[in-house]
Amino acid sequence: MFELFSYGDTGWGDEILRGLAITVQLAIVTLPVGLLLGFLAAFASMSRLGPLRFLGFGYTTIMRGLPEILTLFVVYNGVGLLLNMALRWWNPERGATDFSPFAAGVIALGMVFGAFAGEVLRGAFQSLDKGQTEAGRAIGMTQGQIFRRIQLPQLWRFALPGLGNLWINMLKDTALVSVIALDDLMRMTKVAVGVTKQPFTFYLLACLIYWVMCVLSELVLYWMERRANRGIRRAV
Amino acid sequence: MKLKNKLAAVLATTAIAASMATSAWAQSLRLGTEGAYPPFNYIEADGKIAGFDVEIGLELCKRMEVECEVVAQDWDGIIPGLLANKYDFIIASMFITEERQKQVDFTDPYYLAAMTHVVPVGSDITEFSNEALSGKVIGAQSGTTQADFIEATYPDADIRLYPTQDEVNLDMASGRIDMQVGDMLPMLDWTTKSDDGACCELAGDPITDPAFVGDGVGIAVRQEDDELREKLNAALMEIRADGTYQAINDKYFDIDVYTMQ
Amino acid sequence: MNPIEIIAQYWPRLLDGTLMTIKLTFLGALIAALVSPGFALIRTHAAPLAQAPLRLYISFMRGTPILAQLFLIFYGSGQFRPILQDWGLWTFFRDPFNCALLAFALNSTAYQTEILRGGIMGVPQGEIEAAKAIGMTRFKTLRRVVFPHAYRIAWPALGNEVILLMKASALASVVTVFDIMGRTRQIFSRTFDFSTYLWAALIYLCITAIFVLIWRQAERRLSRHIEAHHKPRVAAQPAKEPQA
Repeated sequence: MFELFSYGDTGWGDEILRGLAITVQLAIVTLPVGLLLGFLAAFASMSRLGPLRFLGFGYTTIMRGLPEILTLFVVYNGVGLLLNMALRWWNPERGATDFSPFAAGVIALGMVFGAFAGEVLRGAFQSLDKGQTEAGRAIGMTQGQIFRRIQLPQLWRFALPGLGNLWINMLKDTALVSVIALDDLMRMTKVAVGVTKQPFTFYLLACLIYWVMCVLSELVLYWMERRANRGIRRAV
Repeated sequence: MKLKNKLAAVLATTAIAASMATSAWAQSLRLGTEGAYPPFNYIEADGKIAGFDVEIGLELCKRMEVECEVVAQDWDGIIPGLLANKYDFIIASMFITEERQKQVDFTDPYYLAAMTHVVPVGSDITEFSNEALSGKVIGAQSGTTQADFIEATYPDADIRLYPTQDEVNLDMASGRIDMQVGDMLPMLDWTTKSDDGACCELAGDPITDPAFVGDGVGIAVRQEDDELREKLNAALMEIRADGTYQAINDKYFDIDVYTMQ
Repeated sequence: MNPIEIIAQYWPRLLDGTLMTIKLTFLGALIAALVSPGFALIRTHAAPLAQAPLRLYISFMRGTPILAQLFLIFYGSGQFRPILQDWGLWTFFRDPFNCALLAFALNSTAYQTEILRGGIMGVPQGEIEAAKAIGMTRFKTLRRVVFPHAYRIAWPALGNEVILLMKASALASVVTVFDIMGRTRQIFSRTFDFSTYLWAALIYLCITAIFVLIWRQAERRLSRHIEAHHKPRVAAQPAKEPQA
């Protein structure tokens, strides 16, 4: 049975590894996009301006309430449509453009990540010790310095468990892009199944690979949490 | 910071993609196909897209003197993909139907086709009517003329729609569905030439009702690309006339699929 | 885009899909809710070695995508059809609804077990000691003290989990189940009208909103004996004692 997984023309090992590479790439590119959107959403939700708060609330509610696969389809079909409509209006001569499934995946997964991360970050912001911020202001730190030296390290400590969870969920959600024709791990597994007619074997393999990635992520996150919490005295 | 660079890369790629102009007539074209429909289009073990459709398509490109790149796209999104300019024409065993002609234009047919029922060998299904099949489980690929056919003809049956033909075949072989409706030639290919397809056989009369089968199988282009459509038609005439079509045809089939003889 | 046309022509199918989604989600969550208390007890009270298979199962369910689990069960069972038939299980696995339900139930059980575990561990030790002191049996303690309190603690997280299950149920469409997503894709494959997806989004948001309202109401009812004590005494100051 293991010849099925080997490299080369007859084995599926190299196709599956290529799919794995795409999966990892997708997750790594989505992370900063999602974090950025998360910070924006958190700031918007905590803003003094009513409309901005409404925007933040609307974004997080919608993105958290819709199935990820629906978001993916909407982005994949919709953004292409929007892009073409916009371009056609701007310059009717030009033809339309391409919108890669990878970009659709990044945007859709990033928006979902950003909505959940926004809530995690908002919770973290609200757990900050206001006294420390005031102390910083009292000794004349600028807003930027306060954010960088006082707030961000604490935010990081509070938000890490939540964000870590979101990372693992996102890693699993990348499997959805197989439905919009991106050659990630899930899709390459599907192709292999189509040819070899051994669904259980290959889907089990895919499950195991995802499982390993998640467990590895959990270990790394555990180490990061230990490091972020060094020197913090616990109540118990 | 690596984060910044990656983010910049994504934003830049989107910006670049948005600023690229691609017209349907250029020195290179992109050919869209599904890649999951043997023997017409499929992905080989080494990852290349091959099949009757692909070979005809590349031959037409040669006659039009353009470089063609083959792009695979899931069936569900194949027409939206054409409209979104992911490729310039679709050659993927797509039946010419009125419904589709609302969205895209077609060239002349490059082969004729019919649909057929497929049942397990030794099945007790002999009659193909709505009453006889009521409650039976019938499968087809979603978004195809087969799906339209079973939804219209056997509304009382338990209809299952799958994203790809492969998955229909998989469930047919495992016995999850009692019957499927598919294109004649791929089904013939599957039941006679593959291991898992040996489970099943064609049954009943071929379905040739033009309401479902349309006018044959054509190449889809965007409605504004008349020039491309005419060039494709001319190239098609050429390869029919000089025998290249026949050569490709004979590699895959025992009959001439252009005329179905 | 013709949103009005789409809904006018296809609303029966979408309604059908909505009912299917609700059925899948509700049954999946219910099955998980029946099984998870037992598992949660194992997680909190059993020896580490005895917990190992359970922990492995939970780790697997949480560490693999639901899509992969679905495919594994749906197409995997097809591969083992002869064996399943021998055991009389094929009629179960033949139906895609059953396969999807099984996948969702297995998945939700794992998550609900962990959530309940958190709830059980959050019950103050003092309450359990008090129950012991007045002579309650182990079982009675669980039934009257531990679980009610654990469920109250876990209530919001459990509600979250049901919502996540509903979102996951959209994947059933990939294995031929005609839920909201399945019907939406069916309609889109004929009309190519983008507004179909927008209708689906609206339906999902409505279901989520209604569910959240009901869940919060239930939470208020469950905690009504606590709120009565903690609600600040409002406005009406009792008449001041006349100065002595």
